[in-house]
Amino acid sequence: MKDLSELNLPQNVLYTKDHEWIDTTKDTIRIGINDYAQDQLGEIVYVELPQAGACLNKGDVFGTVESVKAVSEVFMPVSGEVIQINADLENAPELVNSSPYEKGWMIEIKASSPDEIKTLMDREAYLKFLEGIK
Amino acid sequence: MRYFSHTPEDIQSMLSAIHSGSMDDLFSMIPDNCRMKKTPDIPPPLSEWELIQKMEEMSGEMPSSAYRSYLGAGRYEHYIPAILPYLLGRSEFSTAYTPYQPEVSQGTLQAIYEYQTLTSRLLGMDVANASLYDGASALSEALFMAMRITKGKQIAMSRLVHPSFRKVVSTCLAPTSSKIIELPYQKDGTTDISTLKEMKDLGAVVVQSPNFFGCIEDLQKVSGTIDHQKTLLIACFTEPIAFGLIHPPGDLGADIVCGEGQSLGIPLSYGGPGLGMLACKEAHVRNMPGRLVGKTTDLDGKPAFVLTLATREQHIRREKATSNICTNSSLCAVTALMFMASVGGSGIRKLAQLNHDKSEYVKNGFKAKGVRIPFSAPAFNEFVVQFDKEFSEKYEKLLQEKIIPGLPLSGFYPELKDHYLICVTETKGKADLDHFMEKVTS
Amino acid sequence: MTETSATRGLIFNEPLLWEIGKKGRIGFSMPENDVPDSPLDKRLTRKDSGLPDLSEVNVIRHFTRLSQWNFGIDSGMYPLGSCTMKYNPKINERVASLPGFAGAHPLLPDSLSQGILRLMFELEQHLAAITGMDSVTLQPSAGAQGELCGMLIFHAYHRKNGKPRSKIIVPNTAHGTNPSSAALCGYRAIGVSVNEKGILTPEAVAAIMDEDTAGIMVTNPNTLGFFEENIQKISEIVHSKGGLVYGDGANMNAVMGIVDMAACGMDVLHLNLHKTFSTPHGGGGPGAGPVCTKKHLEPFLPVPRIIEEKGVYSLSNDFPDSIGKLHAFYGNVGIMIRALAYIRSMGGENLKKASRLAVLNANYIKEKLKKVLHLPYDRICMHECVFSDKNQNPTKITTLDMAKRLIDFGFYPPTIYFPLIVKGAMMIEPTETESKEEIDRFIAAMEQIVEEAANQPDLLRNAPGKCKVRRLDEAQAARKPCLGG
Repeated sequence: MKDLSELNLPQNVLYTKDHEWIDTTKDTIRIGINDYAQDQLGEIVYVELPQAGACLNKGDVFGTVESVKAVSEVFMPVSGEVIQINADLENAPELVNSSPYEKGWMIEIKASSPDEIKTLMDREAYLKFLEGIK
Repeated sequence: MRYFSHTPEDIQSMLSAIHSGSMDDLFSMIPDNCRMKKTPDIPPPLSEWELIQKMEEMSGEMPSSAYRSYLGAGRYEHYIPAILPYLLGRSEFSTAYTPYQPEVSQGTLQAIYEYQTLTSRLLGMDVANASLYDGASALSEALFMAMRITKGKQIAMSRLVHPSFRKVVSTCLAPTSSKIIELPYQKDGTTDISTLKEMKDLGAVVVQSPNFFGCIEDLQKVSGTIDHQKTLLIACFTEPIAFGLIHPPGDLGADIVCGEGQSLGIPLSYGGPGLGMLACKEAHVRNMPGRLVGKTTDLDGKPAFVLTLATREQHIRREKATSNICTNSSLCAVTALMFMASVGGSGIRKLAQLNHDKSEYVKNGFKAKGVRIPFSAPAFNEFVVQFDKEFSEKYEKLLQEKIIPGLPLSGFYPELKDHYLICVTETKGKADLDHFMEKVTS
Repeated sequence: MTETSATRGLIFNEPLLWEIGKKGRIGFSMPENDVPDSPLDKRLTRKDSGLPDLSEVNVIRHFTRLSQWNFGIDSGMYPLGSCTMKYNPKINERVASLPGFAGAHPLLPDSLSQGILRLMFELEQHLAAITGMDSVTLQPSAGAQGELCGMLIFHAYHRKNGKPRSKIIVPNTAHGTNPSSAALCGYRAIGVSVNEKGILTPEAVAAIMDEDTAGIMVTNPNTLGFFEENIQKISEIVHSKGGLVYGDGANMNAVMGIVDMAACGMDVLHLNLHKTFSTPHGGGGPGAGPVCTKKHLEPFLPVPRIIEEKGVYSLSNDFPDSIGKLHAFYGNVGIMIRALAYIRSMGGENLKKASRLAVLNANYIKEKLKKVLHLPYDRICMHECVFSDKNQNPTKITTLDMAKRLIDFGFYPPTIYFPLIVKGAMMIEPTETESKEEIDRFIAAMEQIVEEAANQPDLLRNAPGKCKVRRLDEAQAARKPCLGG
């Protein structure tokens, strides 16, 4: 597994304590799991995502990610409606490993309470948080 | 004791290596009031030969091979090829654990993969799991699975599903909110599904075929009656040899097929261990309980087998697992595989036909002697007869003559006084059968 | 270490059954039909079942070759933690196959079943004596079904008292089957952590035990290999709030004849005949998971129960509070026969000695290997000890790598990555039937592996190298499942 210094944690996204990332720079918000999460899980074999149209609250489970010997739930960083899911993951779940922030994105949402974004961590805060749990 | 290798010197040197003065030191953390006050009251050790004598004494109180039994009803007497116990005695199979380390478990893994394949073929389904405990637990698991998929609240269950299976299901469903509605049987000995269409919130329908009376059900009709998006058809069985000859449930529209595989080379052994078989359509595989073996490759690209989709299971998903099962009936699955391989496709058809022919011979023989055969639907190797009231006395007499003339049904179906379920398999010759009919009707 | 037990041998390739089959063969001695043909209606019959046709020789060779790719206890040491892979005596196999037992139909009248009913009754009594509990059912087919049986008893008990409860306390050291079995009864598992000594404290349990909690499930000794020293206090706390205590007896092999489970406060306890009582595991089963209770819960045990009156045995369903049936008949009788054979071969003193030797073996391994492996809880252990791969973290060698390398030395790997509370756990349970020499060889192998981890890590990453196959692509197996041919 990667050391903290080896992790790929881009500056342009925000992070949660459950290791999701969230990209709020575009109109629709994109969500996925970050490099630390994919590295901890190992080779991902299955991703289960919600239906487009689902309305979920911050902290709700929106899907599950399975590796060979672990299963992990993924949580909504902010409340909102699911606009689109990454259909490629059905046949290529390994994209979450190889490209967690690009091809391995999971859902796009329309935030219902944009204020919640303020509660998320930037790269530095998240790194500090990781140091604490390591 | 011959199972221990430790000499007193070994014990001493091990104790000193761990800086303990005595064995008692190793148990010093156990509080006094948690300790057993005296050695368990078990008779002194028996030598091998004394043990054999004791066990032979007890097994000698059981019916000998001189008995002719016509009991079926969920467990069946079939010939077991001599090679089966021989191969199963290979301790690489019998003394291995669950194949968690695939590199040293390819034997079990390939065998289970083959078992899954042949089971799917026999039952006409897409995917079979690596086994469950027995037919009854397979049915409960199938129901949990179906209710998980459909989120229905009610279950329609034929009264001709094995009565013990139905009891196990009620035990396991007791803490849940699922409600079971019984489907009665009709005059010909098959399930009455006329009320099925009106039932609301139905998550699953369970029909056994051949059913408890031995009759073959019209599964296709049941399948056509329900909306499979909302209601799954669970076809249950107790006599898989039938599917060597008759249409398997998978070809008739079943979504999940489950049942008991004891017939496939497993000794009766007073009802256990048996083999819980479960198969389903591809679409439902992630909701399946139990282990699955899959094919993959090793680092060199060579084909190999491994436990897979384990994230459904309790050791990973804990309280959210598809089942709590861990230990299953693996060696019985391998037994069934060896049996299916020995009889083969042509053989199992012949064997099934033989069972049917012998059973029909007795059924027709009884009919000719004026014995009432209450149910007219086609049967496989079991059928129900109605004897006169006096037969219960004769029953005891026949036991003394080493004939076990079937199962009295009144204990399971109070309305069926003087009705008996009779099973005839390939293990009885014509002479046995003629003698049986003669004795019963004289 | 110069020479390992594992060396080279002739290993055969063997195709899949249907690749060997040819129409027209048969491996079964089919009896001639001596009654008239009676064809079924054509609409009812299928064309072909798709089973391959093979000769007897095909079948024998196929399965003999497959068996040679397996590792069993008879092959060598199998130190799987919490699985109690002890030697499986051969005499047990012989008596289980006696024709009177093997050929007994479960629906025989009681009058013709006296021998087997007596055997089962005696086994129940012996299991009660070994655990200190009052009543026993042999019906559950495995440990997890025993747990389900126990949880159904909890459920029925609270319902009978008019106060169904919704939660159950499950320590974070528990086997996955515990929370999973509890969930089947609608219970929500509430976790509780062990302390720095690796055991539960009364305070931690008291903090979460309330009158909506059905009870607690405790594995004792626990999966870190420690005896729950506070079990009596914990039981008192649970009982004082009207709850019940469930004992998971998976690790009973450490304390046979030593600990009185009833005195510890257990109300219900399951045993694993395929662990503690030497019956073979069969590559995954069948096993048996008898459940013992205290007197006050006896009415809830599954039916039928075996009743003895003046030396005559019968099966009775006359227990109105019973949870019902858990098995179509009476459980895995074939396994019970083997367990009784074991108990009678051993006697009380030897059972106790087995536990003592099992604990000695585990502590010996723990003391020797803690010099090279990280031992998260350094205390006297019971039948098993738990190490981690922390010392190997700098070279990125994992528990998995060490486990795989152990195969090349001729040992089955320990249980790995369990219990979950130890990161990179390696759980070693030698059992009493391993000799000092075999254990010394195991220790030497581990020591050498630790050295290799530091100096030749690729040896481990590429291990095993001596098996029929190398490491497998498990991700491919799960991404594109191929579950049949």
